[in-house]
Amino acid sequence: MGMRIQNHPILEFTEKKPVRFFYEGKQMVGREGDTIASALHANGINVLSRSVKDNRPRGFYCAIGNCGSCQMRVDGVNNVRTCITELTPNMHIERQRGLADDQT
Amino acid sequence: MIKHEELIIIGGGPAGLSAAKSALEADLNVLLIERYVRLGGQLIKQTHKFFGSKNQKAKMRGFNIATLLIDGLKDAPGHLTVLTEATVVGMYDERIVTVWHDATYKKYQADAIIVATGASEKFLAFENNDLPGIYGAGGVQTLMNLNGVLPGTDIIMVGSGNIGLIVAYQLMQAGARVTSVLEAAPRIGGYAVHASKLRRLGVSIKTRTTIKRAIGENKVEACEIVSLDDQWNIIEGTEETINTDAICIAVGLSPMHQLLSMAGAKTSYISELGGLVPCVDENNQTSIDGVFVSGDASGIEEASSAMVEGRFTGLIAAKKLGHVTKGFDKDINECRDQLFNLRRGPCGLKIREGIRKLREVNDHA
Repeated sequence: MGMRIQNHPILEFTEKKPVRFFYEGKQMVGREGDTIASALHANGINVLSRSVKDNRPRGFYCAIGNCGSCQMRVDGVNNVRTCITELTPNMHIERQRGLADDQT
Repeated sequence: MIKHEELIIIGGGPAGLSAAKSALEADLNVLLIERYVRLGGQLIKQTHKFFGSKNQKAKMRGFNIATLLIDGLKDAPGHLTVLTEATVVGMYDERIVTVWHDATYKKYQADAIIVATGASEKFLAFENNDLPGIYGAGGVQTLMNLNGVLPGTDIIMVGSGNIGLIVAYQLMQAGARVTSVLEAAPRIGGYAVHASKLRRLGVSIKTRTTIKRAIGENKVEACEIVSLDDQWNIIEGTEETINTDAICIAVGLSPMHQLLSMAGAKTSYISELGGLVPCVDENNQTSIDGVFVSGDASGIEEASSAMVEGRFTGLIAAKKLGHVTKGFDKDINECRDQLFNLRRGPCGLKIREGIRKLREVNDHA
């Protein structure tokens, strides 16, 4: 499970403001400067999508918007790359199935 | 509608930012396109101090170099437009690109383009390699150093090149435990100084060892590691299961050639440069007139060389568009000298060999 860094010899994270968001309707709290994927990780959510063919669980891999395994439905929009999209207050984040063509 | 631009730079990392600076200093109008929300590329997550000489910002931490490069664009005479959260999704004939930005597709046509798209992390084939909890080492560096979130508490690093060693050390700095660093080769790939730092912290670096499979339901819970013989074959019976909640893959980078390939630029597979790379001339111009490349997209090196290549390519592109700067020859020679120095010695052997092969391919074309 992901967790927030408490002490760091070089970086400072503690002053960041909390940001409220919703995952599958459930209220959660991230922090300013989070991507959607990092906020979910900090809340213990690692399975971000499912593989198209076999429905296998997928997390994020590259964190630079390249590999596509982190795509989710954000505020009703499918296939958002959650690893490069910043978390904003009151975002609604949901898991989608595969390419999610039929969910729009 | 297609909007016209003088110079488009794709990618706002060390190469793209440095290219933008020299192009702006030559009084060019520049459109800089970046996929992420902010500029800086992978520098923004790099907390370690750089090696090398002062010319390449040695002794500065990566994220501070990013700030320096971004600030350096402010006072230049040329006009700069920056698009962030903008992905170039297509590149076509006559230097036309399609950009996905602000939920719309935008088209631009440029007099010159510098592709500075960087690299992507390579993947490794093993059973269950798609389980959540398996990340690119660079991905983990982003998660912890940019977002302040750890991927787990007991971590396995696969690969002992400089990225593997540095990210393993940074994981320890951030409070996680790296239980092992695995290296399939007989020797550690990265600099001894990084390996020593890890060993002093008690991290075991296992050479001739690789990951056989990951174990877990919805998330990595353990992994099986195994010893390799001289021919890289698995030695049966040496399997060992280690509990882990995150596995980092640091097995190298591939140049992001995709846009250039799409536009029809000639490429060649050169393993020393990281895979498929554009065939460039001595001015970093691809086989397409007016389309240049710099940084990792032209072959995997360090951010230090990406900055020099960027500066170089920016000057060349400006000259191509009729903006020859005062001191052009001196600046170009300075860049060439710096690149020569960065690629010198045993650590530069691979890149020198790669560049030699690339020149050979060009000569036979």
